Amino acid sequence: MIILTGNDLKSGAVVWWDGAEWSLHIESAVDVGDEAEAIMAREESARRVNVPYSVEATLTDGIARPNHIKDRVRGLGPTVRPDLTLKPDNPAAIEEIV
Amino acid sequence: MYKYDQYDQAMVDARVAEFRDQAQRRIDGKLTEDQFKPLRLMNGLYLQLHAYMLRVAVPYGTLNSTQMHVLADIADKYDRGYGHFTTRQNIQYNWIKLEDAGDILADLAKVEMHAIQTSGNCIRNISSDHFAGAAQDELVDPRPYAELLRQWSSFHPEFMYLPRKFKIAVIASDTDRAAMRLHDIGIQIVKNADGEIGASFYVGGGMGRTPMIAPNIRDFVPLDQLITYSEACLRVYNRYGRRDNKYKARIKILVHELGAEEYTRQVEEEFAHLLEQGIEPPIAELERIKPFFADPAFEDGTKTVDRSDPDFALWVDRNTHRHKHDSYVSAVVSLKPVGGIPGDATAEQMHLMADLAKEYSFDELRVMHTQNIVLPHVKIADLHALWTKLEAAGLGTPNLDQIGDIIACPGLDYCSLANARSIPLAQKISERFKANGKEDTLGELKLKISGCINACGHHHAGHIGILGVDKKGVENYQLSLGGSEAEDTALGKITGRGFDEDGVIEAVETVTDVYLAQKEDGERFLDTYNRIGMAPFKEALYD
Repeated sequence: MIILTGNDLKSGAVVWWDGAEWSLHIESAVDVGDEAEAIMAREESARRVNVPYSVEATLTDGIARPNHIKDRVRGLGPTVRPDLTLKPDNPAAIEEIV
Repeated sequence: MYKYDQYDQAMVDARVAEFRDQAQRRIDGKLTEDQFKPLRLMNGLYLQLHAYMLRVAVPYGTLNSTQMHVLADIADKYDRGYGHFTTRQNIQYNWIKLEDAGDILADLAKVEMHAIQTSGNCIRNISSDHFAGAAQDELVDPRPYAELLRQWSSFHPEFMYLPRKFKIAVIASDTDRAAMRLHDIGIQIVKNADGEIGASFYVGGGMGRTPMIAPNIRDFVPLDQLITYSEACLRVYNRYGRRDNKYKARIKILVHELGAEEYTRQVEEEFAHLLEQGIEPPIAELERIKPFFADPAFEDGTKTVDRSDPDFALWVDRNTHRHKHDSYVSAVVSLKPVGGIPGDATAEQMHLMADLAKEYSFDELRVMHTQNIVLPHVKIADLHALWTKLEAAGLGTPNLDQIGDIIACPGLDYCSLANARSIPLAQKISERFKANGKEDTLGELKLKISGCINACGHHHAGHIGILGVDKKGVENYQLSLGGSEAEDTALGKITGRGFDEDGVIEAVETVTDVYLAQKEDGERFLDTYNRIGMAPFKEALYD
């Protein structure tokens, strides 16, 4: 599956395309099929996202899991600072992405 | 330390206003990202893996307590309570919002700091010896020369769009504590046979994907020609450095492809031409700068350390450096606690270091390229009190130049260029060697980790180096041995096939076991490696 990611223009936060808007949570990411380029062009020109790009992912337990570790780290946060990830109360989340 | 004059302050203030406007125009949609990117990079603002990252310049690694307090305040107010000290003697913040960037730069400008030229294809922050002005073995304090070069290179209209980034280091001792020969230009302040002070130029060094050790192209440039000769080196590079391929655009490639002799010939030709133009700033400017770096009012005091506390004695042995005044030492504050993140400091720790600098070190701190902090002028009589306060704050780890004193780039945990994580390796290696007790038997051993071939973690120059690579989407690590960024500059050699994360940690221990088994009296790891070569290490790793 193909999912989309980028950064929020003002905050720089990592965001994921959930089919209607940009979400902070990778769990919301949806398969965009062959619509990737069109969505990214439209959203970037409207400044709703900064530097978007498409990511190959695999549907795992109903959630998109990026195939490359770099995007999995983007989706969670720095593995060396569990307190700064999006799941600070779930240390196992780091093991799941690496 | 240097104080801004009205021109310095006016330039920095103007840049703050300019960038504030540029950032707002980006937010308002008047600039595209393609238009904005080179502007933000000129001001040290990157877009990294999780957010914007701001890199703040610390010229030649020197700062005062007021500046350190402001760095801590920025961490608290605009970031997530910490900062990361880098291998270019700078600090960077990982969670910056674009909408805050103007305010942050304004806060920095109030204490004579900025983020100008901490990115982009221009002359970057000039680095230097972190013990400058304090070291017993230096010829002179190199920082006035570094400051002159800073002024020359800041906003230099001809060198703002070089083929690639450009890094300069200045030292003034035969002991190299700044990786001088691994810079685009390395300058050693020297004395010639007539007793005159001048500059010896090394050009074309660097790490990255094509590591090279800079050759010496001129062993003595008179001080009243320092800027002119630097300009000549840059001009030849700017004219002939490749712009068609960013991987071949650094000056090291030009010097290598032309040959040092031909590059030098062209520099000398340009130098002769420039001498006729009279571009050198008056020597009076250097003389104006020098008093800013005058010695503080040192006082005679005790010259011996009470070693009755063994933990304190160990810290003194490892983390202090001989000072030119025999009642003082330079004390290194380790930012490498066992299992910690190399180079990270919390806002509270930064405030504490600032307070300690004020109380014990004439208000001065230095950032080391090895990602630690120096209090350059500490009375021996004050050492125990200082250590006690550092210990209480988790800043008293006695591991300078030990295996736990690891340089590690941010790696895949933060950096968008990285292929593999660096920090977890550093954490696990420091924990392992502390737990098994081997750290205390290994002596000086410099381990450096980079998360990609750009080599921000200086892995080429590690006695043991680790390079993270991407192997079909999985982190893999290459091991190298025998590098050095000191005066015995050397590039490490790869041992062989790579390892996974657990494997490379195991491999580091295997390598150190070979050293412990083979070392002779007084030999460091590097000495043993140089004596016995790679073969015994490879045999232990792969057979």
